[in-house]
Amino acid sequence: MTATQTKTAGQTTPTEQISGSEIVIRALLAEGVETVFGYPGGAIMPIYDALFDYQEQLHHVLVRHEQGGIHAAQGFARVSGKTGVVFATSGPGATNLVTGLADAMIDSTPLVCITGQVFAHLLGTDAFQEVDVINITTPVTKWNFQVTDASEIAPALAKAFFIAKSGRPGPVVVDITKNAQIQETDFAGYEPCKFLRSYRPKPIVRTEYIREAADLINAAKRPFVLFGQGVILGNAEREFQDFIEKGGFPAAWTLLGLSALPTEHPLNVGMLGMHGNYGPNVLTNECDVLIAVGMRFDDRVTGRLDRYARQAKVVHLDIDPSEIDKNVKADVPVWGDCKETLPLLTALLEPKTHPEWLQRFREHDLEEATQVIFDELHPAENRELTMGEVLRYLNELTDGEAIVVTDVGQHQMVASRYAKFRQTRSNVTSGGAGTMGFALPAAIGAKFGAPDRTVVAIAGDGGFQMTMQELGVIQQEGTAVKIMILNNRFLGMVRQWQELFLNRRYSFTDIVSPDFVKVAEAYGIRGAQVSERSNLKNAIQTMLETPGPYLLEVLVGKENNVFPMVPQGCGVGEIRLR
Amino acid sequence: MKEEFTITAYTENQVGLLTRLSAMFSRRKINIESLNTSPSEATDIFRFTIVIRETEEVVRKLVRQVEKQVEVLKVYFNTDTEIVWQEVALYKVPTDVIAEKVKVERLLREHGARAVVIRKDYTVFEVTGHREETDNLVQVLEPFGLIEFVRSGRIAIIKASNGFHEKLREFEEENPGEETSTNLYLNQKEAVFSM
Repeated sequence: MTATQTKTAGQTTPTEQISGSEIVIRALLAEGVETVFGYPGGAIMPIYDALFDYQEQLHHVLVRHEQGGIHAAQGFARVSGKTGVVFATSGPGATNLVTGLADAMIDSTPLVCITGQVFAHLLGTDAFQEVDVINITTPVTKWNFQVTDASEIAPALAKAFFIAKSGRPGPVVVDITKNAQIQETDFAGYEPCKFLRSYRPKPIVRTEYIREAADLINAAKRPFVLFGQGVILGNAEREFQDFIEKGGFPAAWTLLGLSALPTEHPLNVGMLGMHGNYGPNVLTNECDVLIAVGMRFDDRVTGRLDRYARQAKVVHLDIDPSEIDKNVKADVPVWGDCKETLPLLTALLEPKTHPEWLQRFREHDLEEATQVIFDELHPAENRELTMGEVLRYLNELTDGEAIVVTDVGQHQMVASRYAKFRQTRSNVTSGGAGTMGFALPAAIGAKFGAPDRTVVAIAGDGGFQMTMQELGVIQQEGTAVKIMILNNRFLGMVRQWQELFLNRRYSFTDIVSPDFVKVAEAYGIRGAQVSERSNLKNAIQTMLETPGPYLLEVLVGKENNVFPMVPQGCGVGEIRLR
Repeated sequence: MKEEFTITAYTENQVGLLTRLSAMFSRRKINIESLNTSPSEATDIFRFTIVIRETEEVVRKLVRQVEKQVEVLKVYFNTDTEIVWQEVALYKVPTDVIAEKVKVERLLREHGARAVVIRKDYTVFEVTGHREETDNLVQVLEPFGLIEFVRSGRIAIIKASNGFHEKLREFEEENPGEETSTNLYLNQKEAVFSM
């Protein structure tokens, strides 16, 4: 159809002939995208060529590996609440995204990944850099789609952005063949997608269940709230706080729920799960009503299911109906967006406080403090540095205002346990997938997503080496990320399990690392190493105060363990303090 | 206890959806016993009929995950007593055996077989029925030189269903009723099995 034909058909929108690649860029701009993380290659070159003319409007960050690109987009999305966008080429470019897709899928992070693909006529011929991206990414995407004609690009991207961000968010892949990128087609402007008949982003709130939930909660003597990332994804932090404050409920967070409620809030009783706090774990098995908000009862939270909260009535609020009853049976399912359900529930609550019940949490806190926390945060002078004291100084020096991006392992658990947060969207970590190598690229993305905030990446010596090539991005972009490597010269978490459960048979956990400070220096990044307690605070202060990026390597004790711990296969009540 | 369930999914007609759905079964190491895709009573809406042997709890959770997929509109699961179902089987046997042996002709009649193609060298019979019925005839024909046998996937009609036309209209509304957009399975076992 030509432009004139469109006019005679009575449409007022003028169309123009542009390439599929140009449509990709225009679609991104129409969706409000300002930052793209990506890596060029043969099959996506037409899109990069179109991008060349839009460098002012669309900032493209050249990563060093596609996995780094997708983790950066995840970090960006998690702190900004926007959809992260990634470009990758066909074949290995696309397969390098798979870990990040799996990570974003399980952690509900909205991403739109655009991959180049070989010419449509070559599909299925084992062409150069041809990989069946759609089938490879199907189980790790919320939705994926292959475009083979330029006219499909705009509607496919519109669907992609709608699906990625709405409901329970997730990653989508749009695979565009090279011919579709080059092909010229009529373009009458970009229409965002707002509706798909087969897709209901959020279930309708059923008021009868709200009432049932309120009755149960109002009658509770020992109510206990668990909150997850659903509170953050639903932008419902305010509604959540109103809810717990009116009911006087102690509230504990999952790894991804961290920072939804200020850590110093009087009703915030700490972290759930395998390395969570003592009180929340033990008292899960003593509460009478368990109220789960936007969380999915991961096995790292529940431990053994047949020993989990058997005595409690369970109220489960979630936007994803398939989460209800998946792991823990709900007595009252309150499905829906918690931004909508929480205020409805709060309105029906009787204002209460539960001083005696809260006191139980404090008693457990005291025991944990005596047996674990105090020594971790204030170790004796003769002890090697602990990860906990690093976090203590970081809290002091940032006043809980920094974004903390963690990798996976011991340091992640220590950071999650001890980091203080005043603001939401400040904790970025790989939760469900446990992807080592996540922190550095995610922190880079986080800095783009929240340029005015301090972003501190905390990684172990193992995980850092998995993606440390992304230091090149910092060098090229000048991204002011603060990097702390808590180096214990071991793959610490695996070593801890070997120590506790496998007779100290340290099978391949003894890892040798390069001189990280020199590595940083090679990338033009300032850095320092600290191993003495007397220098620790100053070193962290220097890191924070030095303008631009900085890498601080902290040599911590080699064989420190993270406690408390719910050993695998045990119930939450069997949590060990040592 | 594991039993046979027939899962009926109404979906958009989308390339790749079959992979997406079958991967959800294989991920849980559930063997698909039978799979059929076909048009449905509603225009442009596809109907998957999938048979598995599992416990009701596993099926219920799986069905929720299937229904969550972007291009899936609605999923039902039913036990065998709640559906009317059929499978089609084809049998190729040498024509001379049938022509010469009266017994074979009688057996075929008894099993409700219908000749589809009759040629000098072979004849193709068709039987429509339940699994046991089509299986039985295989055993019967084996001694008489059964050349080929093939059976289709199960197709099933849900006894209590009113069809999908009304539902589809609801789905096409931007603000549908509760029934359409809430999870059918929560505390509503009745609704699941009666549609």
